[in-house]
Amino acid sequence: MHEIQTAGILDFGSLERFFQRVLPDSLDRFAFFIAAFTLAFIVINVMVQTTAVYTWFERRVLGRFQGRLGPNRWGPFGMLQPIADLIKLMTKEDMVPKIADRWSFNLAPIILVFPTLLVVAVIPFGPDSFLGRLNIGILFVLGVTSVNTIAIFMAGWGSANKYAMLGAMRGVAMLVSYEVPMALGVVGVLILSGSLAMSDIVIQQNVPFLIVQPLGFLIFIAAASAEMSRTPFDQIEAESELGSGYNTEYSSMKFGMLFLGEFMAPLVTGMIVTTLFLSGTRGFDPIPGQVWFVGKTFAVVFALLWVRATWPRLRVDQIMAFAWKGLFGMALVNIFLIAVEVAVFQDDAGKISTNSLWIMSAINWAIAIGVIVAVANILGQPNLERPTPVPSPLANMYAEAD
Amino acid sequence: MAVKTEPVTINLGPQHPSTHGVFRLRVKFDGEVVLDVEPVFGYLHRGTEKLAESRTYVQIVTLTDRLDYTASMSNNLSYVLAVEKLAGIEAPERAQYIRVICAELARISSHLMATGFLLNDLGAFATPLMYCFRERERILDLFEMLCGARITVSYMRPGGVLQDPPDDFWPALTRINDDLPQYFDELESLITGNEIVLARTRDVGTISAEHAINASISGPILRATGVQWDVRRADPYEIYDRLDFDIPIGAVGDTFDRYLVRIQEMRESVKIIRQCIEQTPDGPYRADAPWFIRAPEGDAYAAVEGPKGELGFYMVSDGDISPYRCKIRAPSFINLTALTDMLVGWKMGDLITIFGSLDVVLGEVDR
Repeated sequence: MHEIQTAGILDFGSLERFFQRVLPDSLDRFAFFIAAFTLAFIVINVMVQTTAVYTWFERRVLGRFQGRLGPNRWGPFGMLQPIADLIKLMTKEDMVPKIADRWSFNLAPIILVFPTLLVVAVIPFGPDSFLGRLNIGILFVLGVTSVNTIAIFMAGWGSANKYAMLGAMRGVAMLVSYEVPMALGVVGVLILSGSLAMSDIVIQQNVPFLIVQPLGFLIFIAAASAEMSRTPFDQIEAESELGSGYNTEYSSMKFGMLFLGEFMAPLVTGMIVTTLFLSGTRGFDPIPGQVWFVGKTFAVVFALLWVRATWPRLRVDQIMAFAWKGLFGMALVNIFLIAVEVAVFQDDAGKISTNSLWIMSAINWAIAIGVIVAVANILGQPNLERPTPVPSPLANMYAEAD
Repeated sequence: MAVKTEPVTINLGPQHPSTHGVFRLRVKFDGEVVLDVEPVFGYLHRGTEKLAESRTYVQIVTLTDRLDYTASMSNNLSYVLAVEKLAGIEAPERAQYIRVICAELARISSHLMATGFLLNDLGAFATPLMYCFRERERILDLFEMLCGARITVSYMRPGGVLQDPPDDFWPALTRINDDLPQYFDELESLITGNEIVLARTRDVGTISAEHAINASISGPILRATGVQWDVRRADPYEIYDRLDFDIPIGAVGDTFDRYLVRIQEMRESVKIIRQCIEQTPDGPYRADAPWFIRAPEGDAYAAVEGPKGELGFYMVSDGDISPYRCKIRAPSFINLTALTDMLVGWKMGDLITIFGSLDVVLGEVDR
């Protein structure tokens, strides 16, 4: 169906074929498992180590935003800081509260981490992803990331702590709500590309979908930052309110796992956004696609960090109102818009030419700005001007004493 | 199907990121909504007032540093004014100017901390706080030039100040004073128009002027309700009657007004310091007061407009070298009286920001 067929990176199919060739015929049935374990080994190691680098990046960048230096003691530019953190976490005492629900308390960190790792398997780093051309890529991503909600509730419920419970309750309400605009934000991409496979979406992006449908991009990135609970949506942890939220009672490597899942989330979000909206591995020629991919991912991650470093947090009810009154409606407008445009612009073969994409971009930007202004007027603060202060007559020190 | 619910009691503090020290709130929540609040004090009680009874008048200056440790200069000033009134000492004019400069610098540094921590409570990840601290650092550097200490300064003495400012103090002060308005502009461009800040703070935690006066609230929280009351104008001490400055007031009395009033007050403080730099005369920096002051029998009360409100010292003397009684009117403590009324009915996130906007320093509350 598509022109790019040669595997650029190792995917599951080629790995399995390789092991089938190498192993004697009698052991062929093990090729599947060996390939699976090899792939899991690669994904886990790559992701965990990238996350380590990312924690350094995040703290360093945040430091710069705040006029500090950030970690700079161990290794060049403090790059060995994640290792120091890891050693610190591993040597801490692993405490489980006496009244904790042990099963959910101990399982929660694992359940939080594994969906994030699973998502990586379908992201196309080259022409194909680790799993090959999985034809329901996006559905897989949306489905698997929902598991986070359960993990956070398990952690909050299991630790039998009121702060953790409050954080978990907020978390469930918020994560479930934001899944809706997130899924609806993706629908625009699906209509445009006509495929659920991540690698097909990349191929379809002759013009990056960020330019074609800015509204969809904004909805997705807002919902995604709520999904990974970052400011302005960091209700689950809400440090200044709940101490540490759902992970209050965790220590040692269990906390390390939660920490890992939490820091992996922006990276994975960056990858998904890059694939869906920033044309993934595509770029100018001399630079290989993988470099483009990593560069774009870190650009997205940097933008998320910028927001995190600057903005305060919304209140619980304001967050829910934003999801249901703001993002939900905007997502519906976006879907309607894209559907109509695709119906108008596609040719007989069902293809949309690059020129049409540019025309669509122009229309969409205008409508996006209009919709955002409208929503801001409905939901936003009505007027930024303050009423003129009037001195109260109750105690006026300028008044003459009788 | 009716879901059976019941209120949850949560202990906020004494160890909690947003209690600004060791304050404890026993809060009854219905889900996220605050039903009842019971403040619990006393975790930082050090018996300052009792300790003062067994120290000489000069030694007590060091105790006052530890009250509101974000603005120790204001505490010093209030205390030495009370002692001067009690013992009948007149500070020379130069000392009065220097003390006013110090008190206004302390006000700026305290308001900067209040603003930074309010934003931190709002959930801004420490960035505004670090901005505020950057400016505060420079003010603390000035204090270091004056007396070698940055927080617990103990710079003022009954009858004047510890020592004359060094020669390079004045140019440094002018430079910082000229830079500060730009810093405030920068801070305001980050915070004031921010949609989320407005959504979180406007019309949140409002108290009326009547309520504030009845609860004996003072300082920026009172002025945010629209009451023009400032001890610097209402009962001028030192040389404030010679200076030209405005008393900023708020319109509504909500969290956002408290923030705005603080920002405007800092700008007024810059104005005051500028005038003081021009007017400071030459002369002695300290009156000829003995180290062991023996105040005549009697009592005296002196109040200053501290960063948190009216900060007063009531001193009673029985003719000895230490006071018979030293009562501190701590504004942070008295401003907390209306806390329960402000918080009930709001959500948990608001509880934190309203409490943050009160700018409470626990060293002063528990004394």
